[in-house]
Amino acid sequence: MGRRGRLVLKIFAWAVCLAPLAALAWWIGRALWLHTDDLGANPISFITNHLGDWTFRLLLASLAMTPLRIVFGWGWPLLLRRLLGLFAFTYAVLHFSVWILVDHFFNWGQMAEDVVKRPYITVGMLALLTLIPLALTSTTGMIKRLGARRWTRLHRLVYLTGVLAALHFLWLAKVGRTDQYIYVAVLAALLGVRVVEWARRLVRRAGKIPPPRPATPP
Amino acid sequence: MLIRRTERFKASEITDEKLYLNRREFIAGGGAALALAACDVADGAAPPAGAPLKAARNDGVSVKEVPTKLESATTYNNFYEFGVNKDDPAREAHRLKTRPWTVAVEGLVHKPKTYDIDELIRAFPLEERVYVLRCVEAWSMVIPWIGFPLGAVLKQVEPTSQAKFVEFTTLLDPVQFPGQKPGFFGGGLEWPYVEGLRLDEALHPLTLLTVGMYGQVLPNQNGAPVRIVVPWKYGFKSAKSIVRIRLVSEQPKTAWEKAAPQEYGFYSNVNPTVSHPRWSQATERRIGEFRRRPTLMFNGYADQVASLYSGLDLKKHY
Repeated sequence: MGRRGRLVLKIFAWAVCLAPLAALAWWIGRALWLHTDDLGANPISFITNHLGDWTFRLLLASLAMTPLRIVFGWGWPLLLRRLLGLFAFTYAVLHFSVWILVDHFFNWGQMAEDVVKRPYITVGMLALLTLIPLALTSTTGMIKRLGARRWTRLHRLVYLTGVLAALHFLWLAKVGRTDQYIYVAVLAALLGVRVVEWARRLVRRAGKIPPPRPATPP
Repeated sequence: MLIRRTERFKASEITDEKLYLNRREFIAGGGAALALAACDVADGAAPPAGAPLKAARNDGVSVKEVPTKLESATTYNNFYEFGVNKDDPAREAHRLKTRPWTVAVEGLVHKPKTYDIDELIRAFPLEERVYVLRCVEAWSMVIPWIGFPLGAVLKQVEPTSQAKFVEFTTLLDPVQFPGQKPGFFGGGLEWPYVEGLRLDEALHPLTLLTVGMYGQVLPNQNGAPVRIVVPWKYGFKSAKSIVRIRLVSEQPKTAWEKAAPQEYGFYSNVNPTVSHPRWSQATERRIGEFRRRPTLMFNGYADQVASLYSGLDLKKHY
């Protein structure tokens, strides 16, 4: 892919990642100044859910880049992996901030109780914590300092983030709701591709010792 | 930016002035309005949702708070028969046909009776009561309901001495209630929706058989044509679109108890000291307000109902 193609791809990705925030700002603005009902009767719950949904979607998108390369052999998805991951982190921080600043309004006692007593909040909190070291080591400089091998090993932590986020969603969803299973299925597929690839590589490596040799014609 | 919301949602500003103005107009032209409603009934058609319904306010049992915006009360609903999302009921409500409609009051009674809905609405004097509706999901609304005490009906059918509980059953019809279709929206709850009260709870003067709200015929998404409202219990205890009221000797198995017994008990009294496994019940958000407010024991109705539960461990019987 040329420079121009990369630029178009990046601009497109930024636009997609910023669109949900822009929409939210638009709805909040309309609700505040034009008194529209875009945010529904319970705006705080709406905003929290919107940010949470997009955190998970972008996390899944970032987790989808490597499988796209594995399955289709494309190189371009890897150009977007960091960007998508950092946006997922941004949405996660906003989701969490709304919970602290707006929903509970610094009611630390109740929030602490929630983190300890409500498993879905506990795992949500852990999911956010696992993203922090990944965000901090996302720069090219940090990759160099850590070394590609150690950096790769550290960033496998994102698989745990995915599982924690899935549990967060599964446990908070009320009886009768079903969309959480779609997210979980997508996550399972994305991690499944990696498992298959890892197994294939193991088999291939095992087959290489001794390396396959064409039979010499008589 | 968000802080400014607080100012926007001051109680005085969420007063639905149009509603009060309308209500005065209705009172002024009350006779004509009632005559119109009667015509609808005579034609066998359902009174349109939002048709005026006149009732004097019972100030003695009404909270002094400003009612929640009507738009919020009709677009933010938990009514799984229409779908699990909050906006499903308003969107699907047109499917429900509220005429003809009968309510069978039966079971352990001396005089079982099946009421035609229009007969039921006229059987007892209607009154308006402004109650706080506290959802188990930690939000609440202030709603001016219209109805009469359920006890009036129960006394008319004369419960036998074996009657200890009252079981409410919601209409079962997946055509009118798409949420009852298996698989698609449904799943989770067992249909029809069944709720229950102890007989003394059902006879309590606060328990309201409800046919209207905000000076209007009850909208479909709020449980038309008839529901109960039990203001000291979480909202799901107040069964909607009722077709059968049965007096029984055993504690009924309710829909939410069957679906998730560890989360929803039979009593489900509003209690800030007993958490739901997935959220605290210590605070709630009044719809239209910015900050959470502390939840009150029995939703603020402790003076009236606490005596019903003396000697009962409310932590065990949640």
